[in-house]
Amino acid sequence: MGRATDILRARFADLFLDAHEQHGDETVVFRPEGIVAIATFLRSDAELQFNVLMDVTAVDYPGRSPRFEVVYHFYSLPRRARLRVKLPVPEDQPAVDSLTPLWKSANWYEREVWDMFGIRFQGHPNLKRILMYESFEGHPLRKDYPIKKRQPLIGPMN
Amino acid sequence: MGLKQVVTRVFGDDSFITTKLDAAIGWSRKYSLFMYPFVTACCGMEYMSVSSSHYDLDRFGAAFPRFSPRQADVLIVVGTISHKIAPVLTRVYEQMTEPKWVIAFGVCTCTGGFYDNYATVQGIDTLIPVDIYIPGCPPRPETVIQGIMMLQEKIQKQKQEY
Repeated sequence: MGRATDILRARFADLFLDAHEQHGDETVVFRPEGIVAIATFLRSDAELQFNVLMDVTAVDYPGRSPRFEVVYHFYSLPRRARLRVKLPVPEDQPAVDSLTPLWKSANWYEREVWDMFGIRFQGHPNLKRILMYESFEGHPLRKDYPIKKRQPLIGPMN
Repeated sequence: MGLKQVVTRVFGDDSFITTKLDAAIGWSRKYSLFMYPFVTACCGMEYMSVSSSHYDLDRFGAAFPRFSPRQADVLIVVGTISHKIAPVLTRVYEQMTEPKWVIAFGVCTCTGGFYDNYATVQGIDTLIPVDIYIPGCPPRPETVIQGIMMLQEKIQKQKQEY
């Protein structure tokens, strides 16, 4: 396993779930509770230096438990290295802690994940829809969102 | 050479020609199209191409874009229209003064294109009346020019309101 995985696994042993590596890019899966501590460590650790939050997104695995996975992509500018962190999130309590205190860029990413997947980010200063309109019902990138469902603001149903 | 010079040369100094008022107004209107480009997506690149010097829309009197709907008479809708932007599009259309025409530029504006999903309006003719549909993803500039010429033909032939 890669260096970042080893460091994280030793440091957050109680949260660690899984890890894999492909083409030199590491992926680590953690229990969702510790994401703020993990992200703080990734950014401040002198060896890892993951100082950029590239992306926050999510995946819906229908029929799997826990159903959702929140995916973070970190990048280290000084090391030119990437790291993916995944958090399995259950369907009945789809919520994780917000990373907005650490990275301003988390603000819009987390709003998008809330908009598309309905996963809440605790501590987010302004968690409202970013792409869809306020009156939109449901979360369209969930796999159980009806593919033919339309919610036009104006005009006929088409 | 202007029309007056032609008439003078062929028929002499004190001559005149007759026409129907509708035809004369249509003739003047069709060569004076002030476009409002409502550009939302990738078709905008093709719109820039067709409206710049290579394809030279000025030949059709249709080169000068107006960025206020109150000064425009052709609304050219370029790119995917989502349900979120749809109220803005209808409002822009309603702000334009008569007479006015609408061109649907690109397949997304004609039918929604391949975006048959929760976000996309399935053709802008569900929101506002459309005069000319120019399909293509994106349409070639030649196709756009043909569409504009067809709009000119339509303006020439229509009953003029004044």
